[in-house]
Amino acid sequence: MSLTGTDIRNLFLAALALTICALLPLGDNGYWLGLGVTIAMFTALATSWALFSGPTHYISLATAAFFGVGTYVTGLGIDNLPFWSLVGLAGLIGAILAALVGLATLRLSGVYFVIFTLGLAELVRQVITWVQNNTGQKGLYVLTDLDEAGIYWWLLGLCAIVFLAGWLIGRSRLGFALRIIGDDETVAAHSGINTARAKVLLFMVPGAVAAMTGAILAPRYVYIEPSLAFAPILSFQVVIMALLGGASRLWGPLVGVIPFTFLLEAVSSNFPNQTTLVIGVAFLVIVYLLPGGFVGLLNKIMHRINTRERF
Amino acid sequence: MDILITGILLGGTYALIAMGLNLQYGVARIMNLANGEILVAGGYFAFIAYTSTQLSPILTIFLVAPLAFALNWLIYRVMLQPLVNRAKNRGQLETDSILATFGLSFIGVGLMLSFFGGDYFSYSFMAVPVELLGSTYGANRVLSFVMAVLMCGALYVWLNWSRAGLSIRAIATAPASARLVGIDVKHLSALAFALGGAVTAVGGALISTYLTLDASTGVVFTLKALIIVIMGGVGDVRGTIVAALLLGILETVVASLLDPGLTLAAAYVMFLGILLFRPQGLFGKKPT
Repeated sequence: MSLTGTDIRNLFLAALALTICALLPLGDNGYWLGLGVTIAMFTALATSWALFSGPTHYISLATAAFFGVGTYVTGLGIDNLPFWSLVGLAGLIGAILAALVGLATLRLSGVYFVIFTLGLAELVRQVITWVQNNTGQKGLYVLTDLDEAGIYWWLLGLCAIVFLAGWLIGRSRLGFALRIIGDDETVAAHSGINTARAKVLLFMVPGAVAAMTGAILAPRYVYIEPSLAFAPILSFQVVIMALLGGASRLWGPLVGVIPFTFLLEAVSSNFPNQTTLVIGVAFLVIVYLLPGGFVGLLNKIMHRINTRERF
Repeated sequence: MDILITGILLGGTYALIAMGLNLQYGVARIMNLANGEILVAGGYFAFIAYTSTQLSPILTIFLVAPLAFALNWLIYRVMLQPLVNRAKNRGQLETDSILATFGLSFIGVGLMLSFFGGDYFSYSFMAVPVELLGSTYGANRVLSFVMAVLMCGALYVWLNWSRAGLSIRAIATAPASARLVGIDVKHLSALAFALGGAVTAVGGALISTYLTLDASTGVVFTLKALIIVIMGGVGDVRGTIVAALLLGILETVVASLLDPGLTLAAAYVMFLGILLFRPQGLFGKKPT
């Protein structure tokens, strides 16, 4: 692999940004750190979501399912295994689960995939509730000495891994294959790309990341129960943030995560009953006003400026 | 035996709801994920009409149907037609319509939450037992089933033996060719979408006579209807009915023998089976 000057400069800037972000807990330990955890969590989720859905245009609503599985991995194993190994284990389980879902649905058209992932969180939730009812167990307590700052640093580390992975995939043969699939799947199949395999492989990334995010955030909940861990709204928030920012660029989702987190925060503290309405309106805004997200808008503006200069 | 009959009674209403979705997806090519909210809205309408004026749900549906028809026609013309026009290919329309109808679905839930609150609603309509083949069932379930069968039958006849029905089936089979033989695809797509919405809302009014609903249950019905449509085959009336009855029976079996909390999980297992072995639907032909 050869790095150009721009690559090295970008890597350096990214590392600098990461360091600045990592200093947040030193400045504030209350409201802003809480917000920082939320933003870091959605950045990891939305960026990894866009890694798959950006090039393939498949809309995955499975985030909540993987996330919930991750929290349960921590919840079940925290008494016996060290925390770091649970995060790794959650990632592994998430990837395997994603591969299974992908193998069942990704050979078919996008609609089947959306429907299947839409109900996946509910399916896992029903099964876990049923198991709990039959074994007499109710919820799980997660008691660790990990504080808010610790969770924040873990999530930040995960974000760094996601961005690095996204950058590497973009440079790899797999990333190239996926861009072709996104442009025209028939062409991709005819030029010898195993389209189903490429899609399944890539779908494992958001699966693993969402499960790891869930595993990291489990200590924050303290008490885990199925309806909390598998809240389906999470999947929709991730979709909105990623598309609002723009799924065509690696940094796109980040641009959507930050304003939407603030918006949801403001709405849920002032009008707690209107969050569903806001989410609904956000979907319509994305479809009708911002089809390419902020990234698309920016491209359009840049294009207009460039063409004007030529004349 | 009574599990089987309860399942068939439930499946009858499912068939009606899924027919609504099938018209919207099969003809208008819009995967309407706000379908369940239309259903719940129909249920609310019947609930309010019954509790405030004692209007029988059987009569309410004659009010619900035109209202839902008008609302869905408007939704299609104002919101979905532009997406159809701008879409470069089928995939893009699918993605756009999924996102847009998700938005509509959330807005529907949000509006219903702010108007009616998040409580469950139910009312007692014809909650008297009737005897069928030696066991007893709620009269409201039987009546809903009969109404659903009548309406499915009417739709089937209309689709198969009327000129408009023929045109609609032509659009479902080949939208591009339908235009070439002089069918007004735009007009009929809007019509099919509106009709589908009306059918679903009526299904909601019927189902509210014996099931407890609340503002956010819509998505569960959307999922079930989607599973039925895919299992039965897109645009296939006969397949939809068979799939709906199968789902109704399966759910009743799981609910009464295993656990009522596992009904959706059971529906999912069936869905997975279809995806793995017959993605073209129960009676569909394998694509060449």
